[in-house]
Amino acid sequence: MLSIHDLHATVGGKQILNGLTLDVPAGEVHAIMGPNGAGKSTLSYVLTGRDGYDVTSGTATLNGDDLLSLAPEERAAKGLFLSFQYPLEIPGVPALTFLRAALNAQLKARGGAELAAPAFLKLAKAKAAELKIDFDMLKRPLNVGFSGGEKKRMEILQMAMLSPRFSILDETDSGLDIDALKIVADGFNALRASDRAMLVITHYQRLLDYIQPDRVHVLSRGRIVASGGPELAHELEASGYDRYAA
Amino acid sequence: MNLARAIETRDLAQLPSRRDEDWRWTDLAGQIRDLPPASPQGVAKSAGPFAALANETVTIVNGRGPGLIEISGKQIIALRFVSASEGTAHASKVAITMGEGADAVLLESHEGDAAGYLAHAGLSIDIAPGAKLERIVLVSDAEDAIGVSLAQVNLAPGASFAQTVLTAGARRQRIETRVAHPGGGASVRMDGAYLIGGRRHGDITTVVDHNGRDGTTDQLVKGMVRDQARAVFQGRIVVARGSDGTDARMRHQALIASDRAEVDAKPELLIFADDVQCAHGNTIGALDEQALFYIRQRGIPEAEARAMLTTAFIAEVVDRIGHVGARDVAAAWVAAHLESA
Repeated sequence: MLSIHDLHATVGGKQILNGLTLDVPAGEVHAIMGPNGAGKSTLSYVLTGRDGYDVTSGTATLNGDDLLSLAPEERAAKGLFLSFQYPLEIPGVPALTFLRAALNAQLKARGGAELAAPAFLKLAKAKAAELKIDFDMLKRPLNVGFSGGEKKRMEILQMAMLSPRFSILDETDSGLDIDALKIVADGFNALRASDRAMLVITHYQRLLDYIQPDRVHVLSRGRIVASGGPELAHELEASGYDRYAA
Repeated sequence: MNLARAIETRDLAQLPSRRDEDWRWTDLAGQIRDLPPASPQGVAKSAGPFAALANETVTIVNGRGPGLIEISGKQIIALRFVSASEGTAHASKVAITMGEGADAVLLESHEGDAAGYLAHAGLSIDIAPGAKLERIVLVSDAEDAIGVSLAQVNLAPGASFAQTVLTAGARRQRIETRVAHPGGGASVRMDGAYLIGGRRHGDITTVVDHNGRDGTTDQLVKGMVRDQARAVFQGRIVVARGSDGTDARMRHQALIASDRAEVDAKPELLIFADDVQCAHGNTIGALDEQALFYIRQRGIPEAEARAMLTTAFIAEVVDRIGHVGARDVAAAWVAAHLESA
């Protein structure tokens, strides 16, 4: 599924990723943990193609497709999704309009037919109900005036609607109370499938109680410095990142 | 100095030039070396953008048509200024009078059906006490045309005037509106939107003179320039001595979508009264790159993402249009101009 090899990247001329190598096979959920400044968010932006995040060497492929040569929207069409740590507010664009445009753009890019309005609305209603999102909220401009928790739920709703093959969750747990965390985790777990994979970036172990990862990796100074099973997350929670930090 | 007089007298010296402070960004003298021949009679090619909405249509082709429109009661009038002949010049003059208590929508279109013309449209609008007018001005000049529209609006106390100008520019173009505001509970809304590309030039100039207590003016002008286009916004609100209780707000916001595009803005509040509420804001910037990336990450191609954000940006002006049909025409105009980007 996702295969990253010896990835080096800079942001504003500063080296952030230093030879990161990681494989996430189909059907698995991997967690990346690490101290602040380790490069966790940089990894998610490099994989999704944000401007200003420059890959200086190394490779990243999704199902064999070279991600790094594609535009952000082309990567999305390949099934790559990022749940943003800080979801953007899009004034003037109702969430439903946005979701429909995104879904249809992806369907079109894959050579499929667009989803007609009634089918789209039915899907949106069902997914919103699963995530306990008031449907009327989807008529409001995307994320404008939404609380932190509502924004994160909207991210998971978008993920559920787009059903990506590979999802990256960047600190999706931050800003969530325990009830919202459970709802988000349920939405996330519903998407687990043998032909999909996910990467969960988090600072704390809390989210991993609800999203059981298959593997846990520690990112420090731009590379993976330790990997293990779910128990590694518990160890980190107890001992902290000190032994991995500078 | 004015284009109408230059066309009528065939005297180039009458053209406004960059030496005129109010015209320094929209120099006509430097653009017009010879006056083109006078426009012949012409015929409009289409029914105009508002044909389906109006219950009365006044059409002026190449400067010829009715010169007086009298409005009483409730009316929706389409007023069309059509330029139908290539490389010719014409000036039109129309007077609109509204009786007391009249309530009208004026759907004005400037339609360039030919190339390279020179057109001036002069309009005077008198709005009686308690009368209400909403004016939508959709300006679709030919790319190589020069067009000027100058409207003088005289408002009575208790009357209301709301305006929305929509323009895509021309070789040189100016849409100017001057309002004599008597206060006395009269209200003015002076909005505008511009979407200008290529090497076009569009100028929205407004002057509102508050001369009396308790009047309001609310102005929102937004626009986007791309390629090598240039937009000019000059908004002036004058609050004369003694015009206490005036509430005047002006906001201009522009997006620049290319390094070679330009926006010149001059918002002015000239306040000579003491007890007033006045505010103005002027911002010029680019689309939010973070928002663009967010939208593209969801699979929406860059051009579509830009159009989506620009549409949302302009929508604030479109949404303030009161007449529903005209609002739909305006929204479609925005979509069409972003699609061709």
